Amino acid sequence: MENAFGLIYTGDASMQLRELTNSRSVAAVPFGGRYRTIDFMLSDLVNTGIYNVGIIAQKNYHSLMDHLESGKEWDLHRKRDGLFVLPPFVTHDNTGVYRGTVDAIRSCLGYVRRSAQKYVVLMGSHTIYNTTFNDMIKSHIESGADITIMYNRDSMEPQKERYDDLRLKFDADGRVCDLALDPTNISTPFRSCDAFVMEKTILEYLVEDAYSHARYDFTNDVLVRSVGSINMRGWEYTGYVARLNSPNDYYKHNMALLDKAVSKDLFNSAHPIYTKIKDEFPASYVGKGSAVNSVIADGCMIEGHVENSILFRGVRVAPGAVVKNSIIMQASNIGEGASLNCVILDKSVTVRPNVTLSGHGTYPIILRKGTVV
Amino acid sequence: MPKKKIIAMLLAGGQGSRLGVLTKSMAKPAVPFGGKYRIIDFPLSNCVNSDIDTVGVLTQYEPLALNAYLGSGQPWDLDRMNGGVFVLPPYVSGSTGQWYSGTANAIYQNIPFIDQYDPEYVLILSGDHIYKMNYAKMLDFHIKKKAEATIAVLTVPMEEASRFGIMNTDDEDRIIDFEEKPKAPKSNKASMGIYIFNWKTLRPYLVADEQDNSSSHDFGKNIIPNLLRSGANLYAYGFTGYWKDVGTIRSLWEANMDLIGADPEFRLADKSWKIYSKSPAMPPHYIGAEASLTNALVSEGCVVYGSVERSVLFTGAHVGKGAVIRDSIVMPNAEIGDGAIVTKAIIGEGSVVSAGAVIGCEKTPEDGDYDTSLTGDITLVANSVTIPEGKRVPVGMIVK
Repeated sequence: MENAFGLIYTGDASMQLRELTNSRSVAAVPFGGRYRTIDFMLSDLVNTGIYNVGIIAQKNYHSLMDHLESGKEWDLHRKRDGLFVLPPFVTHDNTGVYRGTVDAIRSCLGYVRRSAQKYVVLMGSHTIYNTTFNDMIKSHIESGADITIMYNRDSMEPQKERYDDLRLKFDADGRVCDLALDPTNISTPFRSCDAFVMEKTILEYLVEDAYSHARYDFTNDVLVRSVGSINMRGWEYTGYVARLNSPNDYYKHNMALLDKAVSKDLFNSAHPIYTKIKDEFPASYVGKGSAVNSVIADGCMIEGHVENSILFRGVRVAPGAVVKNSIIMQASNIGEGASLNCVILDKSVTVRPNVTLSGHGTYPIILRKGTVV
Repeated sequence: MPKKKIIAMLLAGGQGSRLGVLTKSMAKPAVPFGGKYRIIDFPLSNCVNSDIDTVGVLTQYEPLALNAYLGSGQPWDLDRMNGGVFVLPPYVSGSTGQWYSGTANAIYQNIPFIDQYDPEYVLILSGDHIYKMNYAKMLDFHIKKKAEATIAVLTVPMEEASRFGIMNTDDEDRIIDFEEKPKAPKSNKASMGIYIFNWKTLRPYLVADEQDNSSSHDFGKNIIPNLLRSGANLYAYGFTGYWKDVGTIRSLWEANMDLIGADPEFRLADKSWKIYSKSPAMPPHYIGAEASLTNALVSEGCVVYGSVERSVLFTGAHVGKGAVIRDSIVMPNAEIGDGAIVTKAIIGEGSVVSAGAVIGCEKTPEDGDYDTSLTGDITLVANSVTIPEGKRVPVGMIVK
């Protein structure tokens, strides 16, 4: 058990994942055949030995609540601590709509105060990795830092779609000497993984202080501004990091699961990723049904051909249908003779027989939940 | 404790000796089935889907795997405030105590457990059958007929009837006669080992049977005949649908094969009657670039690089490059090495078939004589066995 609790911010109002976040928060976006992004954050925390987790919900959290239920799938259905979903609420000094992350955390300070643990692991919900935070917490305590930021080495190429790209520079002593959010000219490979360790009293102080100065964004208004005054340090993560900042990223990181090394890293059997169980029957390959280089979940019925694709639970591929380079979410139905290439089908999409849909590897077509083509 | 209308007692104590090495270290109900299930998932899921929320599981043979599997009952929604799943091993009370000496004795020893719930009805189930059944409908029948005991029956082909306990009934489904494995069966209504009793009827019969030293304390041999003799209202509830006793290597293999295909003999992809099981938290399965699959069931956590035909791969099974699996069952976390060939075999949980090994190959004179009475033409590799590289295992052999 770590002397820490987790606080996950899921309420990002931004639409960087376009259609995929139309009806759900980014934390509830399906990933990797049977998961939602929040499964990774929750499993990381539980595998660390953290059993007190607050989830700050803001918009479209219905789908998230539906997924989390009581938290029992993550062993967070507890008498002592457990899972706390923290939706917005209205009081005399709280309008119910968050102006930014600071506002959101501030409205949950009651939960933070009640939590018995000394440290907090603060996480966003669009960065996926499979790790435990034990070493990070240890390094935080040993270094005497006020805030420890988890980071990894990322490309320094200028990026077309900049989103939440927080870059770190360190001085000779290892202290963060510069933080830049979404810089045009990237001058350091060190990029935040959107996970921070600090004492909860520091979080309380920073949030109240920012709020009283009408500053609402935790990254911009608190972290970036405080580089000189707060002792921030980094903890490098060397495993696979999937940042879901655009539909292209989403496509790329799902497809990366076809690479054995990536799939071994994200689904490290020593740290299982837990998710809601659906009790689906194993996948059934029938007649001429076939698959190559694909990740396929339980409950699928494959009578056509699947190649270089990710199929979520309960997908049906009818005879003669061909699915290539695509991500097909739960309970979608691909009709006879249909042909798909480079598409992302959200949940319960129906593709009628003989329909052809083709996107491009650099710009996949996304079909919204429940679409009928 | 609040009264229950009905509770279920699941007899899970059998060794299942005809399953040979598969039940060496686990009771039969814990044997893996259908890619991601264990046999006991079927009666448990049937109970939950029939709104029965209190299930006593009577164990005695190698209970560890079963106890660990059942846990709090959460995967079946049987972690309840009032009721739920209970593992009931034999116990010592005062200076006395004994193993369960028969199915009736097992229930007799748990009279205090049943009395706690003061149920009107007790459903007796066994832990070695694969089927989907709505027990609530059977209970409706039982109540409508004002029966004291109802026995679920399946119509079997006349020529097989002598393998079962056979019920002879009148036009109203009332049982007039019962014969255990008759040489000349008068009917083909076979007992499925599923009984509903009025608890106040059954209780004194269990107590009386316990006093009878000549009794073998068995429902089929003693309790049912005694009830019939005393003129109790016994009815046969006809069940139609898939039902399979998976007590032998062959029937276990067949029942797994019955799940394969677009229109399988036994359809489990059924949203209205899900079979629940404990999930091992594994990622979706991965099919490699050179793999080929024909009529196969593949579960979560599998990694397939070779070729799989008419087979069932259980959770976490691994099939190496160039390996060929045909008409086989590969149990959880078993590993088939590169180029290995597995034909009509059952590969036990966690076993390793090393590269180039051939399982289920034709018998040659060098193989000598070995016993195939349990296996027939199915080759069996026990749990946690490693078959060395290139090793040949001829058809019907058991490797332990």
